[in-house]
Amino acid sequence: MEFFGGLVSTAQPVVNAAGAGQKLRIQNLSMVFERDGESVSALEDINLDVSEGEFVCIVGPSGCGKSTLLNVLAGFLSSTKGSVTIDGEAVSGPDPRRILVFQERGVFPWLTVEGNIGFGLSKLPRAKREERIAHYVQTVRLQGFEKAYPSDLSGGMKQRLQVARALAVNPDILYLDEPFGALDSITRVIMRGELMRIWQTERRTILFVTHDIDEAVQMADRVVVLSSRPARIKDILTVDIPHPRNISSPRYLELRDELLKQIGLAYEI
Amino acid sequence: MRSIAKPRVWESFFWPVVAAALLLAVWHYSVVFTGTKVFPSPTSVQTGVGELLQKHVLWADIGDSLRRVALGFGAAVLIGIPVGLWLGWSAAANQVVNPVLQILRPISPIAWIPVAIIFFGVGDRAAIFLVFLASFFPIVLACVSGVSSVSPVLRSAGRNLGLSTPQLLRRVIFPAALPQILVGVRLALGIAWVVVVAGEMIAVDSGLGYLVIDSRNSGKRYDLVVAAMLMIGIIGLALDFSVRRVERIKSVRWGFRDAS
Repeated sequence: MEFFGGLVSTAQPVVNAAGAGQKLRIQNLSMVFERDGESVSALEDINLDVSEGEFVCIVGPSGCGKSTLLNVLAGFLSSTKGSVTIDGEAVSGPDPRRILVFQERGVFPWLTVEGNIGFGLSKLPRAKREERIAHYVQTVRLQGFEKAYPSDLSGGMKQRLQVARALAVNPDILYLDEPFGALDSITRVIMRGELMRIWQTERRTILFVTHDIDEAVQMADRVVVLSSRPARIKDILTVDIPHPRNISSPRYLELRDELLKQIGLAYEI
Repeated sequence: MRSIAKPRVWESFFWPVVAAALLLAVWHYSVVFTGTKVFPSPTSVQTGVGELLQKHVLWADIGDSLRRVALGFGAAVLIGIPVGLWLGWSAAANQVVNPVLQILRPISPIAWIPVAIIFFGVGDRAAIFLVFLASFFPIVLACVSGVSSVSPVLRSAGRNLGLSTPQLLRRVIFPAALPQILVGVRLALGIAWVVVVAGEMIAVDSGLGYLVIDSRNSGKRYDLVVAAMLMIGIIGLALDFSVRRVERIKSVRWGFRDAS
């Protein structure tokens, strides 16, 4: 445990290549749950700085507390210790400026595609709202499905709809909680490409939780590796490969192996 | 294999007609073979229906029964849904009210008849009150369970998109619970129709329930009794059918399928 603590401190100063202004700062964050009278530690002393426009992936063994971390960052849970600040302002609750995208069943099934995308836009005048909806229907390529209900959409389309609904309220941070985890492997690869395209045109700060190593190395600027419960930051890897990434290049494979090793997985099956 | 598959169009009409015809035949021949003088045959019921229609009492009675259901059931919907949403939302309120609700719920609305008559006297309002009571509890309980089973993910999504608590109730909790609420509403309408007939047998002197009891009391006209019973069945079916139509509306249909 002490050994990992040492790693954290050496990994700390890494700043992303874009060198843009700091967006999100997590300081000494710890989270303890009370369960059946016993206290269970979920997060332990998390420290992380994320720059504006950066794409950060958080990986770790399942059940380690990745989702808990996102829920704290999004303001749905309050931490036991430490602080989360965005643009210097402490996070105190859910806020449309930062949207959490869920793994599945996150869209409103009683609303059409348009209704879902426009859900957070009720304060806008009608014309402006419709313009915004049309724009994000385009962005996630759901043209022709504007009047469709989620039950008529595929899993991948539903996730794109969730991303569109999130983007429509113009957040500066997107938290994605294993958004492609429930999709089949082919759709997952397509969705990664779509998300990269959207990230490059919309330029939002993205924190992406996944347990898929490839997903992390293909998309992220930096990959944060968490230990098993209680989650601590084990290491932070900078992925220094320009987009679009060649996933059979030596550097890619090197980083991927490094990550697998960090997580403690053998790479021979 | 075909029993799982959708029946063909002609089959979906043909077999029900056969079943109904068989039932009528059994009824007819049972009356003929036993030689009963009291219980009517299908044909005498048919003339009974004709007689009721000619005397115009049937339409008036149907109208009275439907009006009582509309008022009692309508009030139960208007009051029951907000109350149910509130109880489902507020754990504290539910804790206070739930025991009372659980004690009142299993009491048959029929058992309320004497109480209803004390409160409202013999008349319309007593019958409407009974219908209200009968439909109120299933609606409230459906709302409570509907609200408590709303996915936490949808609640979080609503909060995240900037909704206040009243907005969350209106724009997320209510639509998310609506399919389950509709199941309760449908159940309540069925009970309301059963209860209005029972209530009319005692508390008022019009309506289909009164028609049944009056036909028996004034001259043991069992042909009219059975004719009135048939009307009660047909109208009940029509009421249920109309609520089922609502379940097909697109914004609630998601809740009535396996996939969402």
